[in-house]
Amino acid sequence: MSIWEYANPVKFMRTSAAILPWVAGGAAVSLAVGLVWGFLTPLDYKQGSTVKIMFLHVPAAMMAINIWVMMLAASLVWLIRRHHVSALAAKAAAPVGAVMTVIALLTGAIWGQPMWGTWWEWDPRLTAFLILFLFYLGYIALWSAVDNPDSAADLTGVLCLVGSVFAFLSRYAVEFWNQGLHQGATVSVRPGDRISSAYSYPLYLCMLGFFLLFVTLLLIRTRTEIRRRRTAALLAREVQG
Amino acid sequence: MIALLVRDLRLATRAGGGFGLGLAFFLIVCTLVPFGVGPEGGTLARIAPGILWVGALLACLLSLDRIFALDWEDGSLDLLATAPLPLEGAVAIKAAAHWVTTGLPLVLAAPVFGVLLHLPGAAQPWLLASLAIGTPALSMLGAFGAAITVGLRRGGLLLSLLVLPLYVPTLIFGAEAVRRGAAGGDGTTPLVFLAGITLAVLAAMPFAAAAALRVNLR
Repeated sequence: MSIWEYANPVKFMRTSAAILPWVAGGAAVSLAVGLVWGFLTPLDYKQGSTVKIMFLHVPAAMMAINIWVMMLAASLVWLIRRHHVSALAAKAAAPVGAVMTVIALLTGAIWGQPMWGTWWEWDPRLTAFLILFLFYLGYIALWSAVDNPDSAADLTGVLCLVGSVFAFLSRYAVEFWNQGLHQGATVSVRPGDRISSAYSYPLYLCMLGFFLLFVTLLLIRTRTEIRRRRTAALLAREVQG
Repeated sequence: MIALLVRDLRLATRAGGGFGLGLAFFLIVCTLVPFGVGPEGGTLARIAPGILWVGALLACLLSLDRIFALDWEDGSLDLLATAPLPLEGAVAIKAAAHWVTTGLPLVLAAPVFGVLLHLPGAAQPWLLASLAIGTPALSMLGAFGAAITVGLRRGGLLLSLLVLPLYVPTLIFGAEAVRRGAAGGDGTTPLVFLAGITLAVLAAMPFAAAAALRVNLR
């Protein structure tokens, strides 16, 4: 039993079909409970009710970064071991990641308007996220521009590797360029400068929910891609025969 | 390698090669900006470092698709790929040729454009140094983008979408060096970071670009 067995599309389709309802159900339950619990948390003494945007903003931002990392891992697997499911998973993940980035940016703007008095500030974190969004756009555009699926997988894989280095570099370069308004991380295992537990438990639940939601969407989209490949192969065979 | 460099330079400088187009574009950008923001010297001096760097970057972008497109069309890229010279070396040489025909003229002409935009005299050496250090990275990153998009229809627009985010760190450190110089300060720190980026790009990018070219030549 090894993870490489799932490189076989048939095996992947069978396993994903079996676990999909569970993951989707888990996502629905944890998001429902987490968001409602988050909505019922006490008002923050300074931020009032706007603090509740956090339950969407933080998980979306977290997933936006982690989805890119997942795409990087999937691209590496494709480039090194040429497993098709891996390349298709990277392709399927990109639009989800782009939407997560948009959610993080939009909820941040809605929170920033009453709190910082501005919709947008050229803060390092905000700027780095905007750049990450541009990388997502370029990656998606490259997938749709190349006709041959294997070439597309190769080219986007190389782009993902290079893009990861530069997204990381930009993240720290913008810090050099402008000092920030955005607060540092307060979700950590270190005691001290930490978010209050009244907020952290629903927040963790929302994070779990966003993660399961991503896995659900990823499985559905990867299955769609595999089916699209099969349809294309069948059509090509029919034209030949 | 030298023969390839000479060939590329000759092709670029002969008629139809587009040599000097980037420079003319740079001049137009520097002419249009005062129309947009008004002719006051103070405002212009304040935004000059950014305009000069963004202008240089766009002028560089303009000629990127020529790096491989012509050789792709007439098949000489296939010959290069099967030549004894490693494809990585060919890519590096082509980026170097692009830099000599686009980046170097920009570097040399930048002080003149700086005067046009009222850039303070103290910032001129910083502008020259940051462009001289940063433009090779622009050419090399551009060669990577051109290698990815070489076989595509509508490759030009996609090329800018792919390459411009990669230019962000270079732009930040380059413009920051000039800005610190214009404020009468010392721009060494961003300049050192810029040099680090350029060296890393020159060392690593030929491999990525050659990998992309091999996929497109398959």
